[in-house]
Amino acid sequence: MEVAGQNTNIISARDLGVVACMRCTQVWPAGTQACGRCGSAIVSRDHKSLQRVWALWLVGLMCYVPANMYPMLQTRTLLSVQEDTIVGGAVELIHHGAVGIALIILIASVVIPLGKFMAIAFLAISVKRPSSVSNHHRQMLYEVVEYIGRWSMIDIFVVAIMSSLVQLNTLAAVNPGRASLFFALSVIFTMLSAQAFDSRMIWDVRTRQEGAPLDE
Amino acid sequence: MDQSSPIPLDKLIVCTHCDAVFTLERPQVGQRAICARCGTVLITPRRKAGLQIIAVSFAITILIIAATVFPFLSISAAGTTNSVSILDAALAFSDGPLVALALTTAALIIFVPLARVLLTIYVLVPIVLDRPPARGSTQAFRLAEALRPWSMAEIFVLGCAVALIKISDLADVAFGPAFWMFSGLVVLVVVQDNFLCRWSVWKSLDKTQTS
Repeated sequence: MEVAGQNTNIISARDLGVVACMRCTQVWPAGTQACGRCGSAIVSRDHKSLQRVWALWLVGLMCYVPANMYPMLQTRTLLSVQEDTIVGGAVELIHHGAVGIALIILIASVVIPLGKFMAIAFLAISVKRPSSVSNHHRQMLYEVVEYIGRWSMIDIFVVAIMSSLVQLNTLAAVNPGRASLFFALSVIFTMLSAQAFDSRMIWDVRTRQEGAPLDE
Repeated sequence: MDQSSPIPLDKLIVCTHCDAVFTLERPQVGQRAICARCGTVLITPRRKAGLQIIAVSFAITILIIAATVFPFLSISAAGTTNSVSILDAALAFSDGPLVALALTTAALIIFVPLARVLLTIYVLVPIVLDRPPARGSTQAFRLAEALRPWSMAEIFVLGCAVALIKISDLADVAFGPAFWMFSGLVVLVVVQDNFLCRWSVWKSLDKTQTS
């Protein structure tokens, strides 16, 4: 594996007086407004991005509440109609002995979304005030959040597949509940929130606070 | 201020994740250039990558269209059977406000992946043939890259697995031809994504446009 450049004294583009296009990585002199190669807007540090992060984060969190209160699935069988929320459905599965699937569902639709909210909030706070977590770990956390965010959609797809497939006339039918809409919105807004975050700011804190004691 | 700065912009490469600057050193084919600060992969040139990606992209296009049309899954219980295509699954949310969700699902699993491969073909074919890039290549590639996180075919496949386990004690489930096509498609999407060196594509779009 080749490393482009020396490991020692790495400087950031901003300190060198240049700015890179975040889309196509072309380097321009500092102050360039738009990339001459791909046309994307260029900013050295998008400080307003934190506002966008928090706004989208809040909308995502607000959508996550009804996503858990309303039923996700409505199962109609010959004898009964049953409406399950996300957690209720998982509890039901545990009663039926399917602990494994219940765990997958709980992790995918409760643990990961909540973890994402916390991780994004932590990252957004950590660029403002010094944190004891190293830049490498925070960068890794950011990449995990960006990568895993999409996978929460799995719940929506499960509901879609089940409700289109299980349509056996009077015998049994599964229909999507209102929560599915809110859950999808919540996932989409958290993805947008994570994308709005400018990860270059993670590395600025270090340079700015170099030598300053960590007030922990 | 320093309009005529002595900094050779062409000789620099900046990591988009952590903003570290390095002097550009093009890696050999098969090697990778990695950001020394945060470990992000910057350049991954591959021999004949362009041609391979175009071939894979055509395969993906055909598979997406076929997988959408053919039956995907079917279940049967007590004499009643129901078989659905991927489009049916996507459009399951069809009453009231859930229509928006149906359209989103269809977009995420069919139309976004399809749009991405078509844009990739559009951008890469002229490059591979050493022709000047097609009109709007830069916008096309930018869009393809922006759509990247929204292409969720692989997540849909895992969703199928979970749904099947949930249904299997309720009814018998059978796989249609589209299921296997879609599974193959997911592998190809991942292959295509990993073969593509963004830096090289942008470089060639740039070179051919300014000359």
